[in-house]
Amino acid sequence: MAKISIIVNGNPVNANVDPRTLLVQFLRENLRLTGTHVGCDTSQCGACVVHLDGKAVKSCTTLAVMADGHEVKTIEGLAADGAPLHPMQEAFREHHGLQCGFCTPGMIMTAIDIVHRKGHELSDHVIREELEGNLCRCTGYQNIVLSIAAGAKAMAKSDLA
Amino acid sequence: MYEFKYHRPATVRQAANLLVKNEDAKLIAGGHTLVPVMKQRLASPPHLVDLSHIEGLNGIEMKGRSLVIGATATHAEVANSPIVGEAIPALADLASQIGDPAVRHRGTIGGSLANNDPTADYPAAVLALGATIVTNKRRLKAEEYFQGLFSTALEPDEIITKVMFPLPKKAAYVKFRNQASRYALVGVFVAKRPSDVRVAVTGAGSNGVFRVTAFEEALKKRFSHKVLDGLVVSADGLNNDLHGSAEYRAHLIAVVARRAVEAATAKG
Repeated sequence: MAKISIIVNGNPVNANVDPRTLLVQFLRENLRLTGTHVGCDTSQCGACVVHLDGKAVKSCTTLAVMADGHEVKTIEGLAADGAPLHPMQEAFREHHGLQCGFCTPGMIMTAIDIVHRKGHELSDHVIREELEGNLCRCTGYQNIVLSIAAGAKAMAKSDLA
Repeated sequence: MYEFKYHRPATVRQAANLLVKNEDAKLIAGGHTLVPVMKQRLASPPHLVDLSHIEGLNGIEMKGRSLVIGATATHAEVANSPIVGEAIPALADLASQIGDPAVRHRGTIGGSLANNDPTADYPAAVLALGATIVTNKRRLKAEEYFQGLFSTALEPDEIITKVMFPLPKKAAYVKFRNQASRYALVGVFVAKRPSDVRVAVTGAGSNGVFRVTAFEEALKKRFSHKVLDGLVVSADGLNNDLHGSAEYRAHLIAVVARRAVEAATAKG
């Protein structure tokens, strides 16, 4: 077993884990943060995207021990229970960016990462290129692209990054 | 994934000692190649040695006329580095085409080169630019480093610490992606160097990355895509699989090489 200390959604978490535990397993099974999904388990679909030190990563391809000493943010960390949704979440709701909803947490975490890297004015082309690592099995990309463009703009006016 | 013991050395020397002490130990940096194969149980190293906490392994700097990239620099760091963008824009462009944004945040240049996947992008750049792979023990020239499929000149306890790229006069990388995996079906890196021209192909060779000397000779006389007109590549030794026949890949190499030369000359 390996001792790890991670800041998850702003809260310090200490745990003993088997080194082979994937970050996504740790989040879902140990911490019960089940918004982060496992879709393909082969690093392709992006349903497991979380932020590690502020950068989008695939938590199904990251060992929990490798997150030791770092900060992790999951979909649950965007808006506290009962608090208003994060602007990107609100944009997905407003523009029908979710269909079955399975890919949505990963899409939103990726979308926020895109805004951090590329700014608030995102062309459709940039959004589509940047969404390469996130698959929607409903193939509902049109409204996801609309949602991200709107969410990016809304984030500019919000304190929530 | 099978059980393993996890080690986190603070220095390259400690990491090398762990490799000496533990036979069949594997190094891990970003883990974006190793973790998937461990999950599929295609690899089950009893020891993992994590390089990601070793300080100073991820720097990017110019040293004289060479661009020096630390082994644990991520693909995103190489793609976005103003130093790389200034020195060898083709290399930044190549890094920006690896995997997807989340993969580029974790995957590293050293990991990619140590693994030497026949469809990886970096080997084409390293071979075409005539880079030097620096390890904890020695310096390896690109030509001696790559030794076939997933095979390199690295010894079991040898660790890549940095890669030194001499600056080319002109260079470009063009990748023809497999539409499903996004790996290179054919990727060609063309480099016009002070003394010669090199054309390196990834994705197509059944023995990994290789150079196309016939193209190099023609381009050395005149660096223009026009000199490649009529030149063909033999399908012998090329991958022949469900993604494309050897003949298709041979044809693609000629097409993609021409585009790479066009891109290199357009950049001035």
